[in-house]
Amino acid sequence: MIAVELFKLVRRLRTWISIALICALPLVVAIFIAVTHLAPPPGQGSAFLSAVLDDGQLYPAAALALVLPVFLPVAVAVVAGDSIAGEASSGTLRYLLARPVGRTRLLVAKLVAVIAFTVLTVVAVTVTSYATGVLILGPSRAAAVGVPPGGLSGSIAPGAGGAPTAGLSAGAAITSLSGAPLTTLDLVERVLGAMAFITVSMLGVAAIALFLSTVTDSAIGAAMGSLAALVASEVLVTLNSATAIQPYLPTRYWLAWIDFFRQPIFWRDIQRGFGIQAVYVVVFLAAAWANFATRDITT
Amino acid sequence: MITTTNLTKRFGRVEAVREVSLDVREGDRYGLLGPNGSGKSTLVRMLLGLVYATSGSISVLGEPIPRHVSRVLPEIGALIEEPAAYPHLSGRANLRLLDAAGPGWHGSGRTRRRRVDEALEQVGLAGIDRRPVRAYSLGMRQRLGLAAALVRRPRLLILDEPTNGLDPRGIRDIRDLLISLNDAGVTVFLSSHLLPEVSALCTRIGVLDSGALVLQDELAALQKPTGRVLVSTDDPERAVAALDGLVERRDGADLVVRSPDPAALNARLVAAGVPVRSLVAQRRSLEEIVLEVTGAGSDQFGVPAATPGGTTPLDPPEHGGLPAPHNPRDIS
Repeated sequence: MIAVELFKLVRRLRTWISIALICALPLVVAIFIAVTHLAPPPGQGSAFLSAVLDDGQLYPAAALALVLPVFLPVAVAVVAGDSIAGEASSGTLRYLLARPVGRTRLLVAKLVAVIAFTVLTVVAVTVTSYATGVLILGPSRAAAVGVPPGGLSGSIAPGAGGAPTAGLSAGAAITSLSGAPLTTLDLVERVLGAMAFITVSMLGVAAIALFLSTVTDSAIGAAMGSLAALVASEVLVTLNSATAIQPYLPTRYWLAWIDFFRQPIFWRDIQRGFGIQAVYVVVFLAAAWANFATRDITT
Repeated sequence: MITTTNLTKRFGRVEAVREVSLDVREGDRYGLLGPNGSGKSTLVRMLLGLVYATSGSISVLGEPIPRHVSRVLPEIGALIEEPAAYPHLSGRANLRLLDAAGPGWHGSGRTRRRRVDEALEQVGLAGIDRRPVRAYSLGMRQRLGLAAALVRRPRLLILDEPTNGLDPRGIRDIRDLLISLNDAGVTVFLSSHLLPEVSALCTRIGVLDSGALVLQDELAALQKPTGRVLVSTDDPERAVAALDGLVERRDGADLVVRSPDPAALNARLVAAGVPVRSLVAQRRSLEEIVLEVTGAGSDQFGVPAATPGGTTPLDPPEHGGLPAPHNPRDIS
């Protein structure tokens, strides 16, 4: 069943169009930066963007930072929200279940397909942006890459993502955020780590959308519902008076992947980020299962 | 093959299926009839484990449903209301995908291509090209849906409205296919509201009315001669005189005569010099049988419900709604 779901994923035009669109954003940004030679000033704009003029090899990190807050979660929510609701509204769900495909098995296969889509997208963004970085922005032209103090909080306000970031404020004009130079191998490892973390960060959204997908027969409704949950989470993450619940919000540790680019890697938030996503997956997958396994299929 | 006991399904306050005790035997071509909204589809979905019963029990191929539904479904081919397929894939790809999605048996993967091709051939889509299902006509989709039900060579076919959207030729093709499958040992259970279809195909029928099974019997038993003979003659006056009291009804040159033996009646008429144009033993049509036991369909409103047994009130509805479904049996 998992193989069938993966086949359906790759045979769907939508999959490739959304990946292409997500990859197009960093490309457009790179072209603008390369043409104007105007990177965002330190402290503004998306993480790493101010550094890429100096080293095009860093562009994958900047590209991931560009797509993480909106594009990636939207795409994941659309795919996950469509997973059960889409089959229900097209009528294929009843034929799958009568085939028979166990309801639990179907849910798991759908989740695997969503994860595969996320991995595919993150890999595509990294590969295309690496090519973009090297070809358009050029390889490293300075030995040192300037990462500005406080310039890594991305689109989210500094107080939110980067609370425990001693290394960040101490950042000087050197390759890693924390000062020590990074070899290319180091950089590759860290980019892989960041890719893995970003993929996992999407699991919470995916699980929420999958749950909603078992509740409604409207794929759009499920996708929008999970995005609403995300937006709410992003609002609360920046709200000081909501400090009490912030550690439990799905987007709280989204920016922790930046910690992969410190020397040494700052593991605390990364681990918490993995943990909170695992909790969301378990809770919402259980809810999805409980709802789906007992539901009358009337579409 | 299919037995249900006092099966009931409530959706909120609506009782979609009420105390249904279905009995489909091996080798039957069973037709489940009923007006729109009488619960046919809900009943079919319960048999397939898609909808869970509120009370009562179901046994299909000897296994309790929904507990062991995964054991019996591989031996069932199903068409559940309209056919459905992934529109961007070809019909062949759809069938292969659906076949690969569920559990197989040893070698089911190796034989998939052949089984899919055979199923397509059976439903008359053998020459289908690679165009996506999106471009299929309604009739082609219906045939594809049937092919999907046949790919695993099931012992039992559960078909909800199998001839929907087909033209007369297609209906004929599918009927012949179902009969030949049935001859080869496949039990066919279908639901329909098309009486001529069921009448031409089925050996046993059940009739649902507002969720309750109001009739279940062999079609042949239901349609046995009524003990009356329909006579058509050019000289009805003489026939009435000759038959003296046996004529129940006269409509121009057509007579309804009470007589258990058409041959004897014919001899008597000929002896009396009556020119008999045609003479046939009366049988009740399926339409008469079904309308007798069912009320207005749930898509009609403002109509007094008929009570099973045929005592439909004949007075018109008080508030000017749709006309009451008159009992069509003017002879009985």
